[in-house]
This record gives sequence, C-alpha cells and structure tokens, in this order.
Amino acid sequence: VTGASGKPAKPLPQIAPDMAPFFDAARRHELCVQRCAGCGTLRFPARAICSRCLGREATWAPMSGRGSVFSYTVMHQAGHPGFAAEVPYAVVVIELEEGVRLLSNLVDCPLEDVRIGLPVEVVFDDVTPEVTLPKFRPRR
Amino acid sequence: MSRHPLRGAAAIAGLGLTPQGKVYGNSAVGFAVDAVQLALDDAGLVRTDLDGLLLNPGLTWGDMGMGSFQLQQAMGLRDLRLSATMNIGGATAAAMIQHAAQAIATGLCTTVACVFSDAPLKPPAPRGDKQSSGAAYAFARGWEQAYGYYGVNAMYALVARRHMHRYGTTQDHLGQIAVAQRRWANLNPAAQLHDQPLTLDEYHRSRWIAEPFHLYDCCLVSNGGCAVIVTSAERARAARKPPVYLWGMAQGHLGGDPADTLASGAVVAKEPAFAMAGVTLADLDVVELYDCYTFTVLVTLEDYGFCKKGDGGPFVAEHVTGPGARLALNTGGGQLSSFYMWGMTPVSEAIIQLRGEGGARQADRYDVALVSGNGGVLSTHSTLVLSRLAS
Repeated sequence: VTGASGKPAKPLPQIAPDMAPFFDAARRHELCVQRCAGCGTLRFPARAICSRCLGREATWAPMSGRGSVFSYTVMHQAGHPGFAAEVPYAVVVIELEEGVRLLSNLVDCPLEDVRIGLPVEVVFDDVTPEVTLPKFRPRR
Repeated sequence: MSRHPLRGAAAIAGLGLTPQGKVYGNSAVGFAVDAVQLALDDAGLVRTDLDGLLLNPGLTWGDMGMGSFQLQQAMGLRDLRLSATMNIGGATAAAMIQHAAQAIATGLCTTVACVFSDAPLKPPAPRGDKQSSGAAYAFARGWEQAYGYYGVNAMYALVARRHMHRYGTTQDHLGQIAVAQRRWANLNPAAQLHDQPLTLDEYHRSRWIAEPFHLYDCCLVSNGGCAVIVTSAERARAARKPPVYLWGMAQGHLGGDPADTLASGAVVAKEPAFAMAGVTLADLDVVELYDCYTFTVLVTLEDYGFCKKGDGGPFVAEHVTGPGARLALNTGGGQLSSFYMWGMTPVSEAIIQLRGEGGARQADRYDVALVSGNGGVLSTHSTLVLSRLAS
C-alpha cells in the first residue's frame, strides 16, 4: 500500500470490536475511554472484564482531552515501512487529567521538547475518511 | 529453623548448550533435540533415563500448544511421567527447574529434561534486503501499530524512561552494565560478541534503537537450544559431572503496570527463595541476572537488595565494572553480549561457574549462585539459589 506521495503508507489500526467505540468517537473528534459500569474505573485499551470489580458491563465516557506526558520513547527503527521516513519519532504515554493513560503520538512538538510532565491536549488526525487517530500536542 | 524439604533434594546433573547465534539449517525442534542430547551426554545419561520433559518454546515454535509432546515424539521418548509446555517468558527456564525439582522430590518422576530452543534468525538475503533478522521480535499489536509502537524494545523503553525520571538513573548507568558484561563476554569464547570489545564511549556512540536504549542496551537474538537435566541429589552424585544442587527457589509475579511499580518480581520471590536456601546476599559468590536489557539488570539488582530501591544506577557505576569487580555479575556476558536463550542464559552460566568450568572468566569463589528469570515487561519472575555444595 502506498500513500499519495508514492511512499509506503503507515499502517492503519487493526480495530478489534472492543476498541471500535474508541475509533468511532475519534471520527467524531471526541476522545472517549471505556468506563466500568460497575465501579466506574476508566480503562484503556478496552477490556471485556474490569480487573478491579470483575464487572462485565462497560460504557464509553468522554474525556477532557487534557493531560501530560507520563513516559515516552523515541523510536529509531521503523517497525513498518510506513514509518521509515518518520524515524526518529516519539511514542508517548499520555496520562489524562481523569487519571487514565493512553498510548499515542505528539504533533507540533520537536523531539527535543518531549519530556515527562509536558502538558498536552488532544488533537484529531483524520488519516482517512474512515480512520481518525487521537494524538496530542503541547498545551500553551 | 527446620530445613525446607525441597532444599538440596534435587540437583542439575547435565547441561546441553548448542552453538548459539547465527546458526542456520536447524529448526527450533532440531535445536531442542540437539540440546537434550548434549545435556544427556554431559550427565552420562541416555534417553531412556528421562521420565520427564518440560519445554519452554521460543517464538518460532509458533502457537502449537503441545510442544513438549512434539519434542517427545521427535526424540522417540517413551513412558514419560511428566510433560508440560510452559511459557512465562524469560522466567520459564528457572520455573521449569522448580517444577522438575518438586516432581522429583515428591516421587512423581526421577529425571527431567528442561528445554528451551528458538530459531528466529534467517540466513542473510542474497542482496539488498535490509529486513532485520530479528524481525520475529518486532511485532505490533492491533491498533498500536498505527502509532508506530513496535516491539519489546519500545515497551521496556517506556518503563526505563520512568525509572530515569523518578530516580535519576542516567544513560551512563545503563552503559556501565553493557560495558561490564561485554568485558565478561570477551573472556567467554562461546559468546557471540567474544571478539568485540566495548568502551563506554562506544556504547554512547552506538545507534539508538528506542530511546533510552542504544543498540548495546538490548539483548542479542540467537538461534540455538539449551537443556538442563534435573534429577535427585542422589542420582546427580552418580552423574559424570559434579552436581549443582537446588538450594532455594521461588517465583514472583507482580501484576499491574511496570511503569508504576518500576520493579521486578524479585521483591516477592527473593525472601522465600533465600529463606529456603538459608542464604543472605553475602553468601552469593556468583550472580546471574536476567538481562533482556541493561535496565532489567539495574532494576533486578535493586529488587534483590544489592542496593536501595532507585540506587541501581549509582550502584552499577561503582560496583559492576566487569571481571575482577566486587560482584561477579553475568559472568558469561549474558544475553547482552553472549547469547539469548531467554531464561536459560543465566541458568547455564550459573551451572558453568558452579562446576568451575568458566575458564578465563571463572569466578574466584563459586560455592553459591543466584539466578533470576524475567518474562514480559518485568511481568514474571523466577529465582534459583544454586550451589556446588550438597548442604
């Protein structure tokens, strides 16, 4: 698969049914994570069973989209040809104000500015008409 | 204090280690068969002496759920009384030895082969193919691939970065571990990087993989097999090689998020293993810690209490400078510099040291050894305390 530039396209997410609501919300430019209907625990990625109360029922809750960088790594090897032109790039774990953590990427942030604690807010990257990826940018 | 019934009940009588690294033309099953045969030869035993088989299948065994039976059939083993395919990642090797010892001590069987093998490396492509030969380890999962999050390197890197943030661990600290282990490997003719010296400066200049990991923070990838024969202490004394007695053993699996705990399961496993063995840190002559990354060694040193939690960095900078240093740590070069057989790498080196077979890298004192195994991202942990002394 090649992108418009002729370069290999980045892989699209393989969306299992339990993660579909996350990407459905992203397409609407909303950030939602799963919330246990029993005990209210937020969890990401989606899981069938709450590890706290063992409840099976869950809803999807809208998040503020604000948080900070909890950890990060700068990837220097392309695990997929679509990332070959991108390296080095950062993969980050964002801790949202609500306390739940998400794996993501930063935009509008040079690598040298990436640090633990950096305040960020969600942005939505419409990769294709069907797929939108929530990402984060530094909050000013 | 009463002696634990498992202490010294079983022993390792044989070690089989195939050639390691870029060894082609053999399959994972083939390496396993070779390793078991080598271990039997080492012990002076034959196939029909085996009545137990435990297998830790490497990645290239695939998803087949009955690997130990596949290996039994491949070797023509009959009338086994113990068989299991086990996988708690790099903690499996020491855990297999624990299960074998329990089965032997309770009379379920007498002589067990514990086996790991893998063959992820492919021969170099004829031309131009830059595909990493360790591609089997470069997996991405589902939606994560869209964010460019690939492989175990990145998973560990996120945890290591937290440790650096919380405790002030530096790149130099990680580098000290890589350099020290390479110096051991330079004394180990069987090490894949035996002929390649490494300075701290070269470590810093080596290419990044996933920051904060340079190339030399990450373990090797190896084709090969390793097997260990566990039997009763009494039978082991009749074997060809000196017995390596199992003094203490335990497991510890923390659960939760390693980015929060920043700890290995040693915090759970250490106390029961040391209590069973009747040892303290001061009794350990040789220490073989699981080292998928330099960072793993640093954390594991903390969790066994060699230093205070969080002080792993300054500790390695002072005390872990390789051969001749106070701590005989990862004396074969480990998975960073010798070969990558998951938990069998530290197990095999401990056996070699306790037999006094370390050659140029032999530790001065070698009565008691500590071995750790670690699987996933600090997810699973196993501990062995081994000795060349019966009690």
